[in-house]
Amino acid sequence: MAALCEVLTDPSVAMRVAAKTQDAPLLRLEDIHLRFGGIKALQAVRFDVQPGEIRAIIGPNGAGKSSLLNVINGVYQPQQGHIAFNGDVLGQMRPALAARLGIARTFQNLALFSGMSVLDNIMAGRNLHMRCGLLAQALRIGPALREEIAHRLVVERIIDFLEIQAWRKVPVGRLPYGLQKRVDLGRALAMEPKLLLLDEPMAGMNLEEKEDMSRFILEAREEFGTTIVLIEHDMGVVMDLSDRVVVLDYGRQIADDTPDAVRANPEVIRAYLGTTTQQG
Amino acid sequence: MDAVDAARTTFPGLLRGQARNRPQGIAWREKDLGIWQEITWSQALDWVQRLAGGLAALGVTRGDHIVILGENRPRLYAVMLAAQCLGAIPAPLYQDAVAAELVYPLQLAEVKVAVVEDEEQVDKLLDLRDQLPLLRHILFHDPRGLRKVKADCLMDLDEVEAAGQAWWAEHPGGFDAAVAHVRADDVAALFFTSGTTGHPKGVVHTHASLIDRARSGAEFDHLGPFEEVLAYLPPAWIGQNIFSYAQHLVCGYTVNCPESQATVAIDLHEIGPTYYFAPPRVFEALLTDVRVRMDDAAAPKRRLFDACVALGQRVQAARDAHQRPRTIDRLLLPLAEWLMLAPLRNVLGMSRVRVAYTAGEAIGPELFLFFRGIGINLKQLYGSTETAVFVCMQPDDGVRSDSVGLPAPGVELRVAEHGEILLRSAGLLRGYYKNPEATAEVLDAQGWYHTGDAGWLEPDGQLRIIDRAKDVSALAGGALFAPKLIENKLKFFPAIKEAVAFGAGRDHVVAMINIDFPAVGSWAEKRGLPYTGYADLASKPQVIDLVADCVDKVNADLATDAHTAPLQIHRFAVLHKELDPDDDELTRTRKVRRRFVAEKYASLIAALYDPAQTHHLLRVQVRFDDGRTGAVQADLQLRAARLHAALRQAA
Repeated sequence: MAALCEVLTDPSVAMRVAAKTQDAPLLRLEDIHLRFGGIKALQAVRFDVQPGEIRAIIGPNGAGKSSLLNVINGVYQPQQGHIAFNGDVLGQMRPALAARLGIARTFQNLALFSGMSVLDNIMAGRNLHMRCGLLAQALRIGPALREEIAHRLVVERIIDFLEIQAWRKVPVGRLPYGLQKRVDLGRALAMEPKLLLLDEPMAGMNLEEKEDMSRFILEAREEFGTTIVLIEHDMGVVMDLSDRVVVLDYGRQIADDTPDAVRANPEVIRAYLGTTTQQG
Repeated sequence: MDAVDAARTTFPGLLRGQARNRPQGIAWREKDLGIWQEITWSQALDWVQRLAGGLAALGVTRGDHIVILGENRPRLYAVMLAAQCLGAIPAPLYQDAVAAELVYPLQLAEVKVAVVEDEEQVDKLLDLRDQLPLLRHILFHDPRGLRKVKADCLMDLDEVEAAGQAWWAEHPGGFDAAVAHVRADDVAALFFTSGTTGHPKGVVHTHASLIDRARSGAEFDHLGPFEEVLAYLPPAWIGQNIFSYAQHLVCGYTVNCPESQATVAIDLHEIGPTYYFAPPRVFEALLTDVRVRMDDAAAPKRRLFDACVALGQRVQAARDAHQRPRTIDRLLLPLAEWLMLAPLRNVLGMSRVRVAYTAGEAIGPELFLFFRGIGINLKQLYGSTETAVFVCMQPDDGVRSDSVGLPAPGVELRVAEHGEILLRSAGLLRGYYKNPEATAEVLDAQGWYHTGDAGWLEPDGQLRIIDRAKDVSALAGGALFAPKLIENKLKFFPAIKEAVAFGAGRDHVVAMINIDFPAVGSWAEKRGLPYTGYADLASKPQVIDLVADCVDKVNADLATDAHTAPLQIHRFAVLHKELDPDDDELTRTRKVRRRFVAEKYASLIAALYDPAQTHHLLRVQVRFDDGRTGAVQADLQLRAARLHAALRQAA
């Protein structure tokens, strides 16, 4: 309750909360400060993510987007501020804790087992849901076998969802990049996450692959009810996909609003869109 | 009509017969979530009954047309049966057709209910709703991506089935009564021909005509309930429909539906069909794939492959010519079989193939012999949508590459004086839907169907087709010009995907050629030849040299026969874009729309006939997958080909 009052004292947040929804946010970041020695990676970042929302984080290179994602899933510990997930205020987030709470992520530079098949890579995402011991799994005795069949069903649904049936048994390393990105998303979805963090899901893709990936992101929310936070450089994608956008610049949060409002925000134009327009 | 007869002469009757005789036999198998899910004949009957109830609840009655739009899915086939049980008429349409192509058939058949596979098809139909005021219901199989789409005409097939169950509970005995009304001479299905010109035509077939031809084909090859068939070609095409619907119900064998188009090769390998059908382009693609992979193999493996395939072909060629193969070849064959041929068949998913057919287009002799040589009983048949496929078929001991077989049982065949082939059988179409003029053009008063194909009967009774009757013409010098004859020779080369030859009324022949992107791409990579895409690759001088080589070989081949020697290709161009059904250059079954192409590329053809020009700047319209259009432009090289002196002057 105290936390909520604190949020309400910030007038912009108060307005938004009142306007948006009365649901409790799934994730709330509260006054996050992250420093690496003298470098201030994040300063006073605060925003929330509503259940079922697609939330984008944008900003120029070095703005602190990936650091912010790393704070959310506990890779980095902020020096100040806290995170509330699903209503619980957490003193310190750790990667293992984040995973247990239901936060999954994909990586900018892919983190797949390139020698393993698509199936096995996605199965790896089920790790947290496995209950049987290593020995039982190795011997494939009754309960372990039943468990594996149940997990395989989940994995097959994801393979079907991502339309990668034709590559089920192909080692990931032999797939083109766009498909590897899809497998990476599949591995994260296999965790059945409440919150999915996507670090530049469209980086290095051609237009067609971007359209496919956008469709999968929207459908993931529709099919599995997953809440999504994504970092993306492609402004077109961000504006089309997301419900609300947080803009970072040199670690500072300079805007938090709907895509249309962000696009019209003069500070954002100066910091981010303006420069890209000049370059483009 | 008595019940016994109806059980053999209507599709609902056949379904009930199969459910009674082999309730536990597998009717359909579909790979879903990585597992082949089986549906028995008794489950199939229940399923069809539920779906029929659901359709009845939506107001479907006798004589209504129901459009089916989707890949091969057991549930869509069950919907066809359900419609027929109510006396309604299923009209399968090509699932890859763009939205605009669907308007005409849907308007023509006054379709009120469409049953579609997924979101993609639903989107197409929703886009067309203004043009289709009669369309009341769109029923979909896969709800993915449609949960949030709100349109009152949309309904999940699951809901339809539930409604169907309730419907029969309220109308006890209704299903049996409906099925009892279905008669053999009722219209069973409406197929749309791809049509090389103008609107597609709706071909009306009755239960009797489809079942007559299906049974004739089944008896010819002794097909039984233990065959396995993979349904992977468009269900709107009558060939697929005969193999995975009509003969399925006549014989009671198992039809397997792949997971998706991308997994067909994997699924083929897993199922190992015993009865297989593919148009020549599929065999071409398979052979190209094998060649590309062998090109990447180590030299000893490549030599082994070449030696074993050559041996297999020698033995098979001798046997097909009813001669004794050389003793040394016969002795070595088991070794080649063990080392190469059996594993190769396995990789292709054809280890268990007992009968394989190719039809739709002429097949290159080398391509045909390759598959026969590696031990696949590949045969040819002749037929069309209008004849419910089976007109001529090759018996196991009468297989040749240049003919299409003996008239199938029940077919009366004759060749008209101008070379056109005419036939009569119980499997002919009733007519074109709402198009008596077109019907009168092909069906005469004596019941002869005019195929539009030109050819002749060989001394051994087999039919030989040379081209479409309307495409056969003459060069200015009087020599008979059959463009397909030349194109087929070109297309056998792995580097060439498509070719169009011109020459009617001209002094000589010229050709436009499409390279085969994967094959030529791999060839270029091996030579360290960089390219950015199709257009760039097609314009490389080295690639044009490669094509020139192929043209040269074709000319040499044409020169061996006095009849075809004047047909040698004088000049050719390699196109910078692939001929594409989306640009109306090919039909959906990938046949060249000759007249359209001639008009679209008129400037290029004129340049090919003008020896002064060595280059031609060509700009053509293309349509992208998302429906947008654009133009692509390239400066095409026009090459002269080497000509050969005719070898045999007196033939």
